[in-house]
Amino acid sequence: MNSPAASTTLARSASPAEAGAWPGMRWALRRDLKLALRSRSELGVQLLFYVIVVSLFPLASSPDRNLLMAMGPGVLWVAALLASLLSLPRLFASDYADGVLEQIALSPYPLPALVSGKIAAHWLTTGLPVVLLAPLLGLQYALDGEALTVLTFALLLGTPILSLLGAIGAALTLGLRGGGSLLALLVLPLCVPVLIFGAGAVAAVQAGLGATGNLQLLGAGLLVAIVGAPLAASAAIRIALD
Amino acid sequence: MNYFRYSSPAAFYPLAGTLARVFGWIAVLLAIAGLWIGFAIAPTDFQQGDAYRIIFIHVPAAWMSMFIYLVMAFWSALSLGLNARLSAMMAQALAPTGALMTFIALWTGAFWGRPTWGTYWAWDARMTSELILLFLYFGVIALRNAIDDDRRADRACAVLTLVGAVNVPIIYFSVQWWNTLHQGSTISLVAAPRMATIMLTGMLVMTFAAWFYAIAVALVRVRCIILEREQGAAWTSQLTEPGKS
Amino acid sequence: MSEFLTMGGYGFYVWGAYGVTVLVIMIELVALRARRRAAESAHAKASAR
Repeated sequence: MNSPAASTTLARSASPAEAGAWPGMRWALRRDLKLALRSRSELGVQLLFYVIVVSLFPLASSPDRNLLMAMGPGVLWVAALLASLLSLPRLFASDYADGVLEQIALSPYPLPALVSGKIAAHWLTTGLPVVLLAPLLGLQYALDGEALTVLTFALLLGTPILSLLGAIGAALTLGLRGGGSLLALLVLPLCVPVLIFGAGAVAAVQAGLGATGNLQLLGAGLLVAIVGAPLAASAAIRIALD
Repeated sequence: MNYFRYSSPAAFYPLAGTLARVFGWIAVLLAIAGLWIGFAIAPTDFQQGDAYRIIFIHVPAAWMSMFIYLVMAFWSALSLGLNARLSAMMAQALAPTGALMTFIALWTGAFWGRPTWGTYWAWDARMTSELILLFLYFGVIALRNAIDDDRRADRACAVLTLVGAVNVPIIYFSVQWWNTLHQGSTISLVAAPRMATIMLTGMLVMTFAAWFYAIAVALVRVRCIILEREQGAAWTSQLTEPGKS
Repeated sequence: MSEFLTMGGYGFYVWGAYGVTVLVIMIELVALRARRRAAESAHAKASAR
């Protein structure tokens, strides 16, 4: 349940002079985490979805070790992407529905900072569990220690990018019918490079080549997304609110 | 001459009509010329036989699919920066034609690939990027259809188009990297190593034909959009004979 | 002429490609004409009032 009181606290607690980016981000992060933790079962369900999807692929194809080792990185990445998409519509939707988002946009804090806080909370509740579970699930695909390490690290770099790109889609589709599927249609093509380099890092290590190149590209992408995505999402939110 | 007066839908409407007619006919003439070059003049290819003649459609469509996206991005940026309605309408008018060109590029690419390299689809860099470009077009069109308010739709689609435009080079680079890692450079569905000049000429003529076609169709579509969206505006009632001005 | 149709054995591919291209272009033009007529008649009705 979102409290409108939260937004007035936000507006009252900062004079324009102290309404900096970091306090705004911290405020949004803390608030969204608190709200997310109130519905812990929802988070658990999302995680279960990830686990189940990952387990479906071998059932649908074959338990052959070599096949699994080749498919594994791709499957784990696509599942992470789908799990992220599941929770994205909710990123701004409930705040938008009860008017809190408008209050947030009107507050003296810079909107990109607030948006960054929300995205960080989304990643902590959706992406980070995926990263932590990945080594376990990677065992289902007969991935060895080195591959699992690279997979985890790649997911650590890549899942925030998925949250950041997804936030742009969520902001653009605020309050629209067809919500979740439309969001997926918009976001999935943008995530293709993350998929390619994320899964490619593991495939490289499996092939005996180094994963550094892939991981560096992921890192660079993360930096660009951290700067650009909150700006684009803020623009989209203002468009939706007007 | 003050061209800025054409930035109002009212002034642009009749101009668009005239231009659409002129460009349409140019497109037809260029297409006839291009196809004549492609089928009657250009010789049969030594390696690919007559199957290569598909490039006279495939390559122009592929180039146009990318070019139209860039033009859409240009109009989108302009509409956001200047808050200009007509620029947004132009972007809106271009999207379906861009998607069409992308589809044609994919279809003809598949039909070229099958006899030449044995497979309809080969996950090479360009075709895969083309497929993702098609998804980007669909995304913009879907977003436009999902938003009822015209102004919000204009600006949301502009943001989406620009985000997509920034991503297209990244996507292309990543797909190309992925492709060379997995397939080597044995398959490239677009490049013909050395092309006889006459083939190149045919391709260029067809590209210009596609270009004029796209402009003509977009202009007709933008006129429809202007009528659809400017219903309430006073100036439209002064259009005595719509479509004939 | 028959050589033109068979395209050296590749007729299916060449005409399959060109045929679908012509088809989708026709679809675009027909749809556009329908849209234009709808827009113009809606406009005519609106300004006749």
